[in-house]
Amino acid sequence: MPAAGVVMIIAVLLIVLAVVYYLVSTIVALQRITNSLDEAITGVVGIIEKSAPVDDVVSSINTNLDAGVSLLEGLLVKKAGMEDAVGLVEGLYPGAAGEGFRDFPESKHTNAPRISEVYTKGTLTLARLGREAPIAAASPNGPALRDPASGSLAARALYPEARQGRPQNMPRSPIIGTDSPVQYVPSESPGVRKHMPVAVTASAPPPQPEESEGGLAKSGLAFLRRFKKDD
Amino acid sequence: MTLEWIGDAILLLVVLPVVVYLLRGVLNAASSIVPSAHQIAVAATAGSKDLDATALLLTTQDQVQKTIEVAADYGGSLDVILDDAD
Repeated sequence: MPAAGVVMIIAVLLIVLAVVYYLVSTIVALQRITNSLDEAITGVVGIIEKSAPVDDVVSSINTNLDAGVSLLEGLLVKKAGMEDAVGLVEGLYPGAAGEGFRDFPESKHTNAPRISEVYTKGTLTLARLGREAPIAAASPNGPALRDPASGSLAARALYPEARQGRPQNMPRSPIIGTDSPVQYVPSESPGVRKHMPVAVTASAPPPQPEESEGGLAKSGLAFLRRFKKDD
Repeated sequence: MTLEWIGDAILLLVVLPVVVYLLRGVLNAASSIVPSAHQIAVAATAGSKDLDATALLLTTQDQVQKTIEVAADYGGSLDVILDDAD
């Protein structure tokens, strides 16, 4: 065989060896890729299966929470009135009155009263517990929610003016007891009186409980009076 | 005879380097995909494992529903106890 033929055979063998080496290496790399992609596909299928019910569940949760928000907002507005409800929310979360209530668009334009200056911090904290309740972790260390100087005066505005401004014009509280100026005879049946109560005058001394009740002193005051008479 | 030597030279100096160059490029490309595919597999597996907690959403759903029901009961009671503002 000529030398040129031998060299050609060697060259072809080299080429074949190179092709085999690189192709085998490529096949091994592709097998690794296939295995990794199989793992990825398994993981992705798991993600798809696990996330399938999320939409329905989250939608259901949101629906329930929306109903809860509507319930609480409606109850607050119904019981406190729109202005006080907005003022209460503003007192709890300064600046929140601008957002208003979700189900009450008119609340955005309601002028919030300054409830936080009237009610104490404890009251507002209790109210805060009833709404969104992060329990106001920073509130005890934060600034006072009530003006300590004029807070008690501001509370007067909650009551009718006659009671706070001119208490002397209010009728006196009734005097009760056996020596009260107006005697009430105990009724035998609820809602039925023997006779209407009459004012006790100087000519008519108040009836003694011992006489009216067969000598049995049932009240402590009558007992003391009899005890003094005995002395 | 001379042509055979020329053919041998072409095989050794041209064809063999070209074949090696091309196959090496294919191997490098395939090898570079391997770590990327492995990372994708790891991320997908981790993502799937993170979603194991989605089963708890069913519990959350029940709890939210019960909480809203309790709040509705309290609201109904408050509606009876407290007077309306108007």
